[in-house]
Amino acid sequence: MSRRSPEPSVLTQPGGSVGLLDVFRRRYLLSLIVRKEIQIRYRGSVLGWLWSYVKPLVQFVVFFLAIGVFLGMNGRVEFFPIYLLAGNTIITFFNEAFSNGTRSLIDNAALIKKIYLPREMFPVSSMLIAAVNTLPQIVVVLIIAMIFGWAPTLLHIGALLLALVIIALLATGLGLLFGAINVTFRDAQSFVEIIVMCAVWASPVMYQWEMVANQVPHWLFVLYRLNPLTVAVELFHYGVWYPLDPQGGQVLPGLLAYSGVAVVVSLTFLLVGQLVFRRLEGRFAQDL
Amino acid sequence: MTEPSVVVDEVHKDFKLRHTHSIKETFLAAVRRKPLTTDFHALDGVSFSIAQGEAVALLGFNGSGKSTMLKLISGVLSPDSGAVRTRGRVAGLIEVGAGFHPDLSGRENIFLNAAILGMTKRETEERFDDIVAFSEIEKFIDTEVKHYSSGMFLRLAFSVAIHTEVDVLLIDEILSVGDEPFQQKCLARIRQLHDAGKTLVVVSHDLDMVSNLCGRGILLREGNVAFDGDSKRAVELMRQ
Repeated sequence: MSRRSPEPSVLTQPGGSVGLLDVFRRRYLLSLIVRKEIQIRYRGSVLGWLWSYVKPLVQFVVFFLAIGVFLGMNGRVEFFPIYLLAGNTIITFFNEAFSNGTRSLIDNAALIKKIYLPREMFPVSSMLIAAVNTLPQIVVVLIIAMIFGWAPTLLHIGALLLALVIIALLATGLGLLFGAINVTFRDAQSFVEIIVMCAVWASPVMYQWEMVANQVPHWLFVLYRLNPLTVAVELFHYGVWYPLDPQGGQVLPGLLAYSGVAVVVSLTFLLVGQLVFRRLEGRFAQDL
Repeated sequence: MTEPSVVVDEVHKDFKLRHTHSIKETFLAAVRRKPLTTDFHALDGVSFSIAQGEAVALLGFNGSGKSTMLKLISGVLSPDSGAVRTRGRVAGLIEVGAGFHPDLSGRENIFLNAAILGMTKRETEERFDDIVAFSEIEKFIDTEVKHYSSGMFLRLAFSVAIHTEVDVLLIDEILSVGDEPFQQKCLARIRQLHDAGKTLVVVSHDLDMVSNLCGRGILLREGNVAFDGDSKRAVELMRQ
């Protein structure tokens, strides 16, 4: 398989790429890059991948004690630790994919400066690596939920998958956009840190959407729901927490419609990210 | 002459040298009326064409634009104006080992680096034994690369690069690799590739070696083609 045209009889432009499509044309390389990162993550550690399960478990205990018991949320929201952990899992996926995607081009500067590759490879692989790292967390949440009697229908599972797709698209798009800008202006990196910090509060992870709806005017609540993160978090709540039949648990009004909007918004970010990336790509090798 | 493998047509490449790297610096420079950027013409209208199977040396002193030219042919950089066209697969032995990861074993690095250079899994598997044999590090192939000596590391990296399936091979400073016997082996391998009809574009400061290896020399001077013809003559001109 050739990098570009497999046809040796035509003259082609070196480094001419068709963007994201090229990344999937070279999915063997993509799979190796993802596998490499996953392999080296816990290299030299005794417990290895067990850490990926320990971390969310510890988080569960901390949330249960600090926010559930001390702040009294356990009394207000039934199965609150599961509620929290479910939302936190999807937000962690977004944060890791987005911030690593933003830094991915700089981290791979040595390669970008020397060998031609479709550069979209790096933000895309960051997203996939984050997805793989999120899997153990999802497993932990689901096992805990099962202990409390989680019995999902296909619709609940579908909601979880849709949330993952929304975040994957959104984080890739944003990763392309800010990653490309970050090559020339490292400010992007700091800006992204702020977005990531706000992400967990801009969506109903630590609180319930009703608390927002009761405090803000209607138009602001519409805006709140237009945020794909809110939708993804609520889809996770719908898939993990809602099947436990929590007392007073309500699905976000218009969740289905807003899910559609979230897909469209995420795709738009992906498109914008790709366009900006292609525009700036020509300067990568000399700016890094 | 057969059809060209590489066509370079009126290529210009400027680098903007930015003198400021933050808003504060930019602001201060603007206040003091210092220039924010300086243009540096790395290539200033270069044209040539390389036929299939030819071995061409790019000659010139430091800063003459040789490496920039190689990067344009490999696609890492794109020209500001003019055009570069290539036929078939192009791979560069430009700074071998760029895609190596110290925490992976030699074996894993071979697969990763071969994939970066554009090879498929099958192609790599077919050549795997050759790559290992050429690098002479059979015993350490499952050891992490960070435990390699620098010589072993370079031998493995070079071995992967030189076994990639290509039509056009770009070579930058080959003879910085390994000890004398290994260098001779590399050179022999490169000659072999040339005999098999591969196109070679070579950049090196070892003028004798390069004029022996390549029949044709293109002498670059300050971003222009100063001479294009017999490589021995090009070297003479350069030494004047």
